[in-house]
Amino acid sequence: MASPADLKYTRTHEWVRLDGEVATIGITDRAQTELGDITYLELPEIGSSLESAKPFGIVESVKAASDVYAPLDGEVIERNEDVILAPDLINSSPYEQAWLLRLRLTDSAQAESLLDAAAYDDFAGDAAPH
Amino acid sequence: MIEAEGRPEAAMTEPSADALRETPLAERHRALGARLIPFAGWLMPVQYAGILQEHHAVRNAAGLFDLGHMGQVEIAGDDALSFLQWATSNDVSRLAPGDAQYALLTNPAGGVVDDIIIYRYPDDDLQRYMVVVNASNRTKDVDWLRGQRAERSDLRVAVNDISDRIGMIAIQGPRAEWIVQPLTATELPALEPFHWTRSEVAGFEAMVARTGYTGEDGFEFYTPIEQIGGLWDGLVAAGRDDGLAPIGLGARDTLRLEARMPLYGNELGDDIGPLEAGLGWAVALEKGDFVGREPIARMKTSGPPRRTVGFRLVERSGAARHGYPVSVGGCEVGHVTSGAMSPTLGQNIGLALVERDAAGIGKPLTVSVRGRPVTAEQVKTPFYRRLHAAPPSG
Repeated sequence: MASPADLKYTRTHEWVRLDGEVATIGITDRAQTELGDITYLELPEIGSSLESAKPFGIVESVKAASDVYAPLDGEVIERNEDVILAPDLINSSPYEQAWLLRLRLTDSAQAESLLDAAAYDDFAGDAAPH
Repeated sequence: MIEAEGRPEAAMTEPSADALRETPLAERHRALGARLIPFAGWLMPVQYAGILQEHHAVRNAAGLFDLGHMGQVEIAGDDALSFLQWATSNDVSRLAPGDAQYALLTNPAGGVVDDIIIYRYPDDDLQRYMVVVNASNRTKDVDWLRGQRAERSDLRVAVNDISDRIGMIAIQGPRAEWIVQPLTATELPALEPFHWTRSEVAGFEAMVARTGYTGEDGFEFYTPIEQIGGLWDGLVAAGRDDGLAPIGLGARDTLRLEARMPLYGNELGDDIGPLEAGLGWAVALEKGDFVGREPIARMKTSGPPRRTVGFRLVERSGAARHGYPVSVGGCEVGHVTSGAMSPTLGQNIGLALVERDAAGIGKPLTVSVRGRPVTAEQVKTPFYRRLHAAPPSG
């Protein structure tokens, strides 16, 4: 299944919705499929500074714990409390209800390094497990 | 992300596909949408619909498991009983034909080579037993049993690895009997836990055992490997209207943990004794000499230096996973052997091997979850116990 064309992506399977200086981030459908049933999520507090390519949170499925990496530098200005309480939203609605954080970007030009949907799908391959 | 550190599959994410074996049911698993992963040299389903859904299916209805990776060893001969009394921990003389028994293979130091189930054949005058071993230990166990046979050259006994000829599947859950009964003339209510019988099921000759690894009622079937596909299909068809779901290794692990059943490599190992693992009930010190008896008897007298305890995390946290350190007052006292978010209880549960002074319900424990100290509470095990083998409502 093709990833949404209006989003940008990382090679570590996070997605980014850009809106000027603000970026909304989450994890991709491919990532949630790979992880399986998600049971726990740990996110940084509002006001935290994130650094691109560094882990900022933890997502756990029944079988494994994984880091989530910051796609861009920025400061956390909003956090999705609903998805912390119900992490399985990541399985059911990875691009809509299960956004994780909103960042105020340090340098919005950094976003040029992100993948577009076609490049991400190409990178991730179509071997996504079912 | 996707840097798994969980178990069982984390250590084996990248398949070296050519070396992996498949059971005769592999194509059926693919058709059912399973994700197959390398496990103990086999390509096995880790999940189909999802671990949580599969777990609940077994607790509330029934689940079907391909156990073709497990090993079976036949022990036969005039001295088969004496040999098993020597080579295993439990009292095999208690087994009448058709009985089954949980036991351990213990090493000379009193550690554990594997945990096994010994089945005495139901209708055989000869001394003949089938020992079912873990997939990951099959070669080690067969070598070990042959080594013991060599050591006991006074005994007339043969050790035959029959794993490649035997297919094994399990059906587990409150509706298991309801689903299987129409497929067989055998009166299943009369088949008690840890008993087995020879029976025709869905038109196939099989050994039907009331055993399992989930904490639910259910059966394990052993049949010549050529028939395993037909038997699987017959069970799938029979269970279609009763919520029978195929179950992968992921849910098998959470199910067994809730029932506090040990997993070799986690709760059991070459350097973990049966008493430390809480399996003294599977060791019959009074039966006479056996491999490892002396150090186990000594440990029983002095008290095991470590104990396996059940705990739940009382703070919001990620799961306590295998190998995470456990401490009391800042001092490390042991490690988590198995842990998971319990699908049935909705809590993080686990087992830990800790110094004996730290063990005890009510005593504090702290689990280091990815470096963060999380308060745990020691609790009684099993974490889950089924109420009774209730007849299904329909």
